[in-house]
Amino acid sequence: MQLGFLVDLHLCMGCKGCEIACKVENEVPLSTWRLRVKYVDVGTFPETKRTFTPLRCNHCENAPCERICPVSALHYIENGIVNIDKERCIGCAGCVMACPYGAIYIDPETQTADKCTYCAHRIASSMMPACVVACPVGANIFGDLEDPKSNISMYIQDHRDVQVRKPEKGTNPHHFYVGASQVNLNPLASRREEGYNLFNKITTLPLGGHHE
Amino acid sequence: MIHETLAATNAVVTLDVPLPDVFWGWFVTMNMWAKSIGTGLVFMLFLLLRKNASEMSGVRTSAIIVSFVMMNVFLLFTLADLHQPFRMWHIFFYPHWTSAITVGAWMATVFVGLEFLMAAMMIRKDKCLLTSDANATFDKLLFWVTLLAIPVTLYTAGIMAEATARELWQMPTESVQMILAATLSGSAAIILLGGSKLSDETKNFFASILGLSALLAFIIYMSEYIFGSMKAEEVTAILAYVKGDGEYATMFWIGQWVAYILPMILVALYRVSKSNSILTLAAILAIAGLWVVKHVWLVIPQLLPLS
Repeated sequence: MQLGFLVDLHLCMGCKGCEIACKVENEVPLSTWRLRVKYVDVGTFPETKRTFTPLRCNHCENAPCERICPVSALHYIENGIVNIDKERCIGCAGCVMACPYGAIYIDPETQTADKCTYCAHRIASSMMPACVVACPVGANIFGDLEDPKSNISMYIQDHRDVQVRKPEKGTNPHHFYVGASQVNLNPLASRREEGYNLFNKITTLPLGGHHE
Repeated sequence: MIHETLAATNAVVTLDVPLPDVFWGWFVTMNMWAKSIGTGLVFMLFLLLRKNASEMSGVRTSAIIVSFVMMNVFLLFTLADLHQPFRMWHIFFYPHWTSAITVGAWMATVFVGLEFLMAAMMIRKDKCLLTSDANATFDKLLFWVTLLAIPVTLYTAGIMAEATARELWQMPTESVQMILAATLSGSAAIILLGGSKLSDETKNFFASILGLSALLAFIIYMSEYIFGSMKAEEVTAILAYVKGDGEYATMFWIGQWVAYILPMILVALYRVSKSNSILTLAAILAIAGLWVVKHVWLVIPQLLPLS
């Protein structure tokens, strides 16, 4: 079994229900996110539209975070999930530097690395990840990539525009997008300008450690 | 392609909370800088042993002690940069050998252990229980310590290579830069430590290593600066931080001048004038400038948003 995720961006309406469900389920501290929805505004007024892209750990088959972790705190489990053992993590931030998707953060409460685990604890009890359950439009499709009859495999078979983020990195992500454009998946395809955020002057909790 | 689409789409991120930009800050710069001096001094001691063993007596003790101290500075900053420093022992009890961090930690520990033995032998030369001829044992151990110094110098390049998210850091280039940083700072340090104890011929030799290391490192940085952006758009975006007129562009050029260009000029002047003051100044500048060069190259890839 190799579990994977697919987000149909045609369906996603940016409600952030998945974000909140994840926060609650995993008790993710303030100012950190295992899953977040990125908004990108496209076009020039009045011809504008807003795109929504849920971003989470890609659970790569060839995960750079697993490779660089010096103590195997990040490790694969049999179903393909890249899991994390917070008790073992030494907080070197090697995984933060290695992940091309910016999906790993240092938990300000435990001072250890953390990230989306596809709700491994729920899956162990035969439940779906919290974000899948919370999505009101069924945009999150989750299942076994090795089973050709699973929802996710059939979705991939039925759609021509299935993409992953940064395929050139050779990480073989187990996280797919349907209906995505460069604007959704490539961080260099959009500008980040001061004053254009929906919420400006966002404050974050002190992270600890020694950052600039 | 991205520039064209950006002009057409006018895409602006209006909600995202990316990671705080710089995770590995000046503590990691200190780590790389101190390690370069620590291993570089060992390389230079070994070269001196091969070239002119009679001059070893003047620098054996001071060089190994300074190297040992710098390696401990390196280990201290490595430890201090961890968010859970008291779990450092996990590296030894739960080692994950695909990680360059693990391999480096083990090798650096053995390296520092051997250096401690060598320093202890030199300090307690007359009362040393390990050997009757401390100098001879030191010189034998130096071969093995020099061999170990190679991977200890290089493993940081391995970490940078494993940092898949940071396109700027490529393994072959970083490996060469790590070795050159060690030969640059090692030759500078031994020139400062040796002082009048070194003959003019030996000083000339180390001055040449200093000048050539500076030249080669400068060539590599300039090659990346000019040609790096022709291969990957991520590298283009990263190098923009040192090509504009922002703080990192200023720091980048200060580093290049202080670590490489000025020492090269001063070494050339020294070879003509034989002025020790000029060589001393070149050595001090190289060591100070190396910190700035390493810091800029460490930080700029972290400024790029990954989402």
